[in-house]
Amino acid sequence: MTPPGWFLALSVLLFALGTIGFFVKRDLLTQFMSVEVMLNAANLAFLALARGPAKTDAQIIVFFVMTVAAAEAAVGMAIILLVFRRRRSIKTEDLRDLKG
Amino acid sequence: MNPFWLIPFPPAASALVLFLLGRKLSRKVIAWQAGLAVAASFVLAVVSFAGLAGAPHPETTLVKTLFTWIQAGDFRADLAFQFDSLAAIMVLVVTGVGLLIHIYSAGYMAHDRSFARFFACLNLFTFAMLILVLASNMVLMFVGWEGVGLCSYLLIGFWFEKPSAAAAGKKAFIVNRIGDAGFILGMLLLITSIGTTAFGSINDAIAGGVFTPALATIIALLLFVGAAGKSAQLPLYVWLPDAMEGPTPVSALIHAATMVTAGVYMVARLNALYTFSATAGQVVAVVGALTAVFAATMALTQNDIKRVLAYSTISQLGYMFIGCGVGAYAAGVFHLYTHAFFKSLLFLAAGSVMHALSGELDMRKMGGLRKYLPRTYPTFLIGAVAIAGVPFLSGFFSKDAILSAAFARGDYFVWALGLAGAVMTAFYMFRLIFLTFHGEERLDPEVKHHLHESPAVMTVPLIILAIFAVIAGYVGLPAVVGKHANLFDRFLEPVVKSGAEGAPIGTGTEWMLIVASVAAAGFGIFLAFLFYLRSPRIPHRLVARFPWVYKLLSNKYYVDEIYDAVIVNPMVRGSEWVYGKFDLAVIDGALNGSAATAGFLGKTLGRLQSGLIKDYALAVLLGVAIFLGVLFF
Repeated sequence: MTPPGWFLALSVLLFALGTIGFFVKRDLLTQFMSVEVMLNAANLAFLALARGPAKTDAQIIVFFVMTVAAAEAAVGMAIILLVFRRRRSIKTEDLRDLKG
Repeated sequence: MNPFWLIPFPPAASALVLFLLGRKLSRKVIAWQAGLAVAASFVLAVVSFAGLAGAPHPETTLVKTLFTWIQAGDFRADLAFQFDSLAAIMVLVVTGVGLLIHIYSAGYMAHDRSFARFFACLNLFTFAMLILVLASNMVLMFVGWEGVGLCSYLLIGFWFEKPSAAAAGKKAFIVNRIGDAGFILGMLLLITSIGTTAFGSINDAIAGGVFTPALATIIALLLFVGAAGKSAQLPLYVWLPDAMEGPTPVSALIHAATMVTAGVYMVARLNALYTFSATAGQVVAVVGALTAVFAATMALTQNDIKRVLAYSTISQLGYMFIGCGVGAYAAGVFHLYTHAFFKSLLFLAAGSVMHALSGELDMRKMGGLRKYLPRTYPTFLIGAVAIAGVPFLSGFFSKDAILSAAFARGDYFVWALGLAGAVMTAFYMFRLIFLTFHGEERLDPEVKHHLHESPAVMTVPLIILAIFAVIAGYVGLPAVVGKHANLFDRFLEPVVKSGAEGAPIGTGTEWMLIVASVAAAGFGIFLAFLFYLRSPRIPHRLVARFPWVYKLLSNKYYVDEIYDAVIVNPMVRGSEWVYGKFDLAVIDGALNGSAATAGFLGKTLGRLQSGLIKDYALAVLLGVAIFLGVLFF
């Protein structure tokens, strides 16, 4: 059986990829997908730990995270769609109205 | 059950209604309501007076406590009214003369735009004045004191669209503030030394020897500063001549008959204090005598009919203070009472002349009005004769009582000043009569065209006041007539008993004093006759001969100019300096500085808010990194 350390390592890798993706990409949609990757990286870490001492707790949290991610996807996609309809762009450098 | 404590309330209610609903009421309703309110007070005053005069025990002081008004530590002031013979006389004068002036005003102000406002203020004034004279402690008295000051300000500046009227109102108010500062200090000193300001307690404290003479003198003098402000004595008299900018009935009621006598009333009310402190009494007498003469000299050369009367009022108030200062409080109050009749008569008659002449005030543009004003002329003449001190009219008795009291106490200097003032009083009053009603006509043709006698609503009060100006003095006959002839003194005795210490003077001396007074009056009238009827060139020759005297007098000793230069302008310039250096620089600077700091901070920190999501995410990332760093290392 694969030791949990590998899963944790993969989780860190995925999280790093998500973070890099968020900072490198310029449009909201891809950034959004990067966030999803980060969420799933966290899920993976939880599941890896579920093998260890925190069995059920970690599994329950994973379900919560998935639910939240689904809700976030629905709301987030809707917002991105509306922003695009209004601005004809979802590039973050075009959306700087809150500049101080 | 004596209803005295109800006396102030009808005018208060009427004033309230007029202030709130005055615009909606017709002129007729307003005049009737205001007049009836004062009439109700007058009736209550008469009933209360009858109750007091008929009381079995004449020393009664009735006190009605409505509720405890102020309670702070050991200090306590009640909202309480006090009714004794002094208050009774004041109340009768205020409501009686006030009623006649309300009636007169209905005619005089008939065409004014602000009819309701005028009567509202007049009613409010009556209320405040009644509070002043009925108060049983100094704190409540001060409420009335300030109330009448406020009404005086409102009514002097009644025609506020005229800059001079607005300025005169402000001047009256500010000069009175100076006096009030003294009043407040005196009152506070009284509270710190005996813990109360009730008149009964003050008298008890004096009788009980609580005060040292020095303390009593300081308190009495501070309070007298207040009295000098309100009663227009040296050196705070300057506001009263300017107060003539107000409507004439106001001049008659507030600036002749009632409010300006409040200072005299207060000194008489605190007679125990002023008797206890001989120094304070002496100061009161000397200030009164100097004012009496000083104001009379200024009245000699005025050409404005109301200003002559204003200076005359100042001078007569000086006589009242002479009376109080030499310990003859009853005589001082007696003069207050007679003066209320003849001076309000003179003012109202002057108002009638103005009314007839379309508002003309300058006596140089009058003359020969005798035949056009058949009712105003005789009443004016009676007033002038009464104030001049011609025997058998009211002014003669009261002025003589004051002067003989001063003489009896050995204050010959004060007596001589008073006598000199009497000559001038007779002179300027008859100068006024001769210039206005006799001699050649100097009217503008336009004015002459509109010349008419005033309506009955104005002349009837004149006639009633004229009757009182003649007969009012017979309640206070001099001692030569009979030992108990002076009903007025005997009535007042319970209140001013402390003042009855003047050494009795012989009948011969008293006759001599009377003759001197009569001679003074006669001489003054003769001079006026000589100067202004017989040979009108004499005054011109005198002016040519002593131009500097005339200049000094007609410019009122340049007192206003001196005050402007010494007090007003430095104050204004000092205020401007403070405004520039402190207000603009420090206060505004601090405010603007804090606003600018906030703005600067906002602008600087605002740079962090780039609007780029990535920057925010980076901040989060950094935060997490730092947090984890701190957590693990």
